[in-house]
Amino acid sequence: MQDDKQAVLSVRNLSVEVTNSSATPVLKDISFNLYPGEIFALVGESGSGKSVTSLAMMRLLPEALTITGGTVLFDGRDLFCATEEEMTAVRGNRIAMIFQEALTSLNPVKKVGAQIEETLKLHSQLDTKERRARVIELLEEVGVPHPETRIDWFPHQLSGGQQQRVMIAIALACEPDVLIADEPTTALDVTIQKQVLDLIRNLARSRKLAVLLITHDMGVVRETAQRVGVMYRGEIIEEDPCEDFFRNPQQEYSRRLINSLPDQKHFREACHPHPLLEVKGLKVHFPQRKGVLQRIHDWTKAVDDITLSIGRAETLALVGESGCGKSSTGHAILNLASITDGSITFEGQTISGMSRTAMLPLRRKIQVIFQDPYSSMNPRMTIQRVIEEGMISLKMGLTPEQRAERVIDLLQRVKLEPEHRFRYPHEFSGGQRQRIAIARALAVEPEMIICDEPTSALDVSTRAEVLNLLQELQRDLGVSYLFITHDLSIIPQLAHRVAVMKDGKIVEVGTTEAVLTEPRHSYTRELLSAVPHV
Amino acid sequence: MDIDSIKPVILWTDILIWLLVISLSTFLFTLRKNPESRAQWRQVFSSRLGMVTFIVIMSYIVLALIDSLHFRKVLPPTAGQDANTVYYSNTVNSVLDVLLGEMSERKERSYSAPFSLKSFTKENMNDAEGVLYRGYPDLHHAGSHLTDKTQHKSDLLLQSLIGIAKGLIAGLLLCLPFRLASKQSELPLFTGVVTVLIVCAILGWMIHVGNLYHVLGTDRAGNDTLYDSIKGIRTGVLIGTLSTLIMMPIAIILGICSGYFKGWVDDGVQYIYITLSSIPGILLIAAAILQFQVFINLNPGFFEVGLEKADARFLGLCFILGITSWAGLCRLLRAETLKISQLPYVQAAHAFGVSHIRIIRQHILPNVMHIILITFVLDFSGLVLAEAVLSYIGVGVDSTMPSWGNMINLARSELSQEPVVWWNLLGAFFFMFTLVLAANLFSDLVSEAFNPKNRQER
Repeated sequence: MQDDKQAVLSVRNLSVEVTNSSATPVLKDISFNLYPGEIFALVGESGSGKSVTSLAMMRLLPEALTITGGTVLFDGRDLFCATEEEMTAVRGNRIAMIFQEALTSLNPVKKVGAQIEETLKLHSQLDTKERRARVIELLEEVGVPHPETRIDWFPHQLSGGQQQRVMIAIALACEPDVLIADEPTTALDVTIQKQVLDLIRNLARSRKLAVLLITHDMGVVRETAQRVGVMYRGEIIEEDPCEDFFRNPQQEYSRRLINSLPDQKHFREACHPHPLLEVKGLKVHFPQRKGVLQRIHDWTKAVDDITLSIGRAETLALVGESGCGKSSTGHAILNLASITDGSITFEGQTISGMSRTAMLPLRRKIQVIFQDPYSSMNPRMTIQRVIEEGMISLKMGLTPEQRAERVIDLLQRVKLEPEHRFRYPHEFSGGQRQRIAIARALAVEPEMIICDEPTSALDVSTRAEVLNLLQELQRDLGVSYLFITHDLSIIPQLAHRVAVMKDGKIVEVGTTEAVLTEPRHSYTRELLSAVPHV
Repeated sequence: MDIDSIKPVILWTDILIWLLVISLSTFLFTLRKNPESRAQWRQVFSSRLGMVTFIVIMSYIVLALIDSLHFRKVLPPTAGQDANTVYYSNTVNSVLDVLLGEMSERKERSYSAPFSLKSFTKENMNDAEGVLYRGYPDLHHAGSHLTDKTQHKSDLLLQSLIGIAKGLIAGLLLCLPFRLASKQSELPLFTGVVTVLIVCAILGWMIHVGNLYHVLGTDRAGNDTLYDSIKGIRTGVLIGTLSTLIMMPIAIILGICSGYFKGWVDDGVQYIYITLSSIPGILLIAAAILQFQVFINLNPGFFEVGLEKADARFLGLCFILGITSWAGLCRLLRAETLKISQLPYVQAAHAFGVSHIRIIRQHILPNVMHIILITFVLDFSGLVLAEAVLSYIGVGVDSTMPSWGNMINLARSELSQEPVVWWNLLGAFFFMFTLVLAANLFSDLVSEAFNPKNRQER
């Protein structure tokens, strides 16, 4: 076991409180060490204090929070005693940070080369030419292809993965000893996540970097970290080497975190019911306009000739990375986006191209649940009004009393209290809101629900609850789901069949077991190999 | 006064302002049902500043409202007149005039300084022996109740105290029902009561002393400056509210429609407001007002008394100010609606087959309400200032209508003469400054309370 002497950075009994309110501690006596060449992962659910820890170490806490105790020793020096000027020399130079949203962390109006150079200008004595050479070198090191040309590109011209690489290049520019990565891959697709994690792992090894990796994804931890610290309500409740942790977690909470990963061994039996919804040759193209007269000069093929069908009480998972057209497919089925070509039939009725009024009777039968539980409800309506909106507009002919009764019934079905109907959406947590969204969709007794990434904004434990609820409802009410997701790990226990989508086309369809165990298409294989496993 | 001896005069602006106040009160009353907006308003009023500025604004509005009840007095019968017809005076009075007493009728010959007993300018006079000399003549009305002119200062003090006492008694009577109604409340009621008392004391002093002296002096024509300033309140408040009233529906309807329906609707609305905002505002207003003035002059038959003409021009000014100033709010609403209409809850409403009108009413409008409210309060003070600027360059309200802009316009020449006549500018400045400052501070608090970014959600 390494001792404190070898540690580059050690945090001792760090405590943080909300300013002027000692009753609400945010961090309680946090202690950990970072060693050169080692990746230490800090895991926990949202609100557990992971990001606050990293900001407190850099003395970058917002004013609402105050450090009330503890020390951060870096190179034998207490950072909390350093002057602000000395801290500036440490930040970026010796301790570097990368954040979750690469695009918002980069300045959109400056070339990426110039942004990497900025750190060099501040912290080194290189001249203009040498700096440029160094920037190209850095870009090459983080694996940006054609660094000589990309150096003059703007952030928006790069893909999400490359943006994150540029962020890492900026962080590495001054050869820091410590790298703090705050959820570096959460906004990225699985395949790109894998590449970025590989990069961080290699850099830690080759540069003897001490890395603090902050994440909520146990798969990422398993694949990348050497040591794990579990954070729960502002405390590190467990710290173990990675292997030991996954083999034998000490705390009940850690066990729950590990077990919250869905079971990937058992697949749902495929059933072969009569098709409820059939999509044939669906194309959704968006025009690209150019010039003063806004003439259409090209088309973005969001959905390009896809065919699929969903049976009664069946779940079809539509899997793909961001921008592959899976959400556009959902919108086309809901008749919210106009389709370019193809047909959509529901119970034998063609719904593609139906007018708004003709569609009304069918609106009852197809419903939708959205990704972001925070923006999917009007903040100015009570839950009662949110849920009954569909019942009113689809003229289900219920009296107000009957509607109230039904709202109570629905709330109980999604495991909320009947009294909750008088509250406003902002009084609920993310998981609760998602359950309200489910209740709203169920209110009009639909036969099919399109779930557009309903769990990707939720913590792992709440995710499991929502998924179980969805399955329970399918069993009780016989609804079909079109489950749009990028998360392959939740599919086995959820879907009967899987369709894999790439660049607007479906590359592979089959039963869940067949697709996940014996993928035929190379893209499916790539996706599966990129998923971090525990 | 006998009720039969007056003939009510209903001006267009009177109707509009009363309608506006009634509809606004009902709107605010319906808002009480919504706990969220109730909490927001409570936040506004729980600060002392909010309470004070609100009371100041309210007292301005109340003065404007009672100044909007107009009537004509019956003229006393004169010889050779048909006994059966009743003739009415050509001057239109308002309830406020009754309240202010004889302030308007106490005309001097020309300038006089505040509280002065003598005229500001020298005149040729004859003394007791009939010898011509130049001197400052006594004023006709100011201090005419005094038998001994040396008691001027002590009388001023005494009358001030009487005036303040009258005001305080009226203020206490006004506060009494509120004090009894809500004993326990987290609102700063004490501050509110104190403000009401101060406002009442000032008003009482102004009315009482203003009927004995010229508190703010007189202007070139000998009119009481304080009276003009108080009468200017109606003009200022009306121009602020009526212009916003005309501007709001245009901005709201066009802004939300263009953001919600997009496509050609959006193109159309954008072209209109881009065209409108590329024409210099002052030029457009000046052209429209001058055209309107020509219309008024060519059709004298439409108007019974001079005030009606002035009122028509005033209404035209409000109208044109409203027409030219909606582009800003429209743009804001369009942008916000574009954003909101892409949010999942609107998409969910589409998936439920909710109609367009219902979506706009239920989902879009409540969520842009804070922008509308903030703009309303902010624009109000801007428009009061705009009136002053327009009157200054001569395209504002009719010159017979008492307004701060007209007073400032006249003060232009007074300031350049020696000795300086400063009280006309001071009167207009003081009343306008208090209103605009209160409105600005209040709008700050409103926008802070209603800005969703400041709300603690999540």
